[in-house]
Amino acid sequence: MSAVTAPGRAPAPTNPAPATVAGPVTQVRVIRAEWTKLRALRSTWWCALIAVVLVVGLGAAIAGSGTTYQVSAANSAAGGVTVSLVGILFAQLVLGMLGVLFFSGEYATGMIRATLAVVPSRLPVLWAKLIVLVGLVLPLSLPAAVAEFFVATALESSRGGSAISLTDPGVLREVVGASLYLTVIAVIGLALGALLRRTAAALAVFAAVFLVVPLVAAYLPASIKGFAPYLPSNAGGTVWGAGKLFGGQQLGPWTGFAVLCGYAVVLTAAAAWRLRRRDA
Amino acid sequence: MAQGGAVRSVPFIGNDWRKGRSMIEIDDLTKRYGDKTAVDRLSFVVEPGVVTGFLGPNGAGKSTTMRMIAGLDRPTSGTVRVNGKHYPGATAPMAELGILLDARSVHPGLSARSNLLALARTAGIGRRRVDEVIELAGLAEVASTRAGGFSLGMGQRLGVAAALLGQPQTVVLDEPVNGLDPDGVRWIRLLLKSLAAEGRTVFVSSHLMSEMAQTATRLVVLGRGKLITETSVADFVDHAAAGVLVRTPETVRLGQLLAAPGITVINDGTDLLRVSGTTAEQIGAAAWRAHLPVYELTPTHASLEEAFMQVTKDSIEYHAGATR
Repeated sequence: MSAVTAPGRAPAPTNPAPATVAGPVTQVRVIRAEWTKLRALRSTWWCALIAVVLVVGLGAAIAGSGTTYQVSAANSAAGGVTVSLVGILFAQLVLGMLGVLFFSGEYATGMIRATLAVVPSRLPVLWAKLIVLVGLVLPLSLPAAVAEFFVATALESSRGGSAISLTDPGVLREVVGASLYLTVIAVIGLALGALLRRTAAALAVFAAVFLVVPLVAAYLPASIKGFAPYLPSNAGGTVWGAGKLFGGQQLGPWTGFAVLCGYAVVLTAAAAWRLRRRDA
Repeated sequence: MAQGGAVRSVPFIGNDWRKGRSMIEIDDLTKRYGDKTAVDRLSFVVEPGVVTGFLGPNGAGKSTTMRMIAGLDRPTSGTVRVNGKHYPGATAPMAELGILLDARSVHPGLSARSNLLALARTAGIGRRRVDEVIELAGLAEVASTRAGGFSLGMGQRLGVAAALLGQPQTVVLDEPVNGLDPDGVRWIRLLLKSLAAEGRTVFVSSHLMSEMAQTATRLVVLGRGKLITETSVADFVDHAAAGVLVRTPETVRLGQLLAAPGITVINDGTDLLRVSGTTAEQIGAAAWRAHLPVYELTPTHASLEEAFMQVTKDSIEYHAGATR
């Protein structure tokens, strides 16, 4: 055994060939492996921290400044919540990037070769990353959205604004929906990263779809902006009320969210197909 | 056997009775990227119990072949079997095959330990085994450092550690001595031999022919994606033409005198002749009869490098220009 510790000396024989420590690959084991990676990367916790700060911090900043929000016939309680949730628009970029990097980072560093060599059936890696990412973003964004709600409403009412309760119509849906929205956005980022493999390409497509196209669409003449409600950010945004921020026609909240999930499913399926079919 | 530097010829047994045991079987394997054929109808078997070297010039298709063994690249046609099975379908892949493809197949943002642990988790391998391979690879002191700061040699050690994690029956290493210091080279050499001595299949590529002479027992030589020869190291050197080095001021006259069917005389413009196909005794006698002075007469055995150059000279895609 002593020879084992010194590099450059004969390694002591490990076990005879038939004996091995390696067991079968299972989905649960691959999930553990992916969690090991995601947890150990510093960028994960930076992205998480920035996303939480954006959601809670921007919400508090908006609630603590400008004119106070008064609930009336024209201004619903849910509308007030939407305004304070505007940090979601920025947090989605950070969490989308987290998703992109979780897969494209494997290609950029070359780790994908090691990963797929130990899981040669490949697809368990995609499912594991998906589950681990959802398992990180959902428990992170839900408390952030809830905390943002209480911080913002407390600030509002202390400045003389209307008191808004979680039980007011649409309010709970928006708070929970904000978290669901961010989670699906991260999944879309992951699928883009797996599909395009290059970080820069995936980030560019993500930013175009979630930032540039919705902005351009908002300024198009009404006659040709019929597609706008179906853009991923506009469709998914209905669940936390983002449509109200920009006006215009929009889908119903859960219909819109279903459309967003549809995009995520299609992209994930395409990523699975490419992962399975193409050389690594 | 782990005798330092000793090369022993082992009779090649390629019969079917060994099928299903620890080995790599490559059958009519072809890989095309667009118009370019990287691997061309390659067939060979890598046996357990000895170190098999995989030689070929750059671009010969060694890495592509190894990637197909690991299931990372899909063959255009033909099959690869690892321990008698189609590797991507293996239930416990890490027990079957350990592979080092590239020192840069680790995540630079993760520590050496996290990199290994992430791989180990997929097969339910515990932290104890991870620490064991860290020790084995001499990485104990840097195990918690991010791999991004590793030198090429340390990255190589980490890649080897990853390949050994699952105590696989078959070990495939692509250029493992690249970037290693002399200490590391010796470590790899002994490691490969001890793995083979344990009955594992060990398949190692290298462009350093001298390294293979010290480590490998059998050789698979590749050129332009095609199998050039599959042999033992000893036979490979023996069969490469030996020759005689002659130093004389009368290179032209002696050259003409010696020229005959079956005898090659090469003069590189100096006072040296490289003669093959005859013996030093015959050259000396012929020179004496013609009254030509000879200052030096040295029989040479082809080194593994020379043998390799001879075997692959028609298949090297990029020549360094007219050096001779």
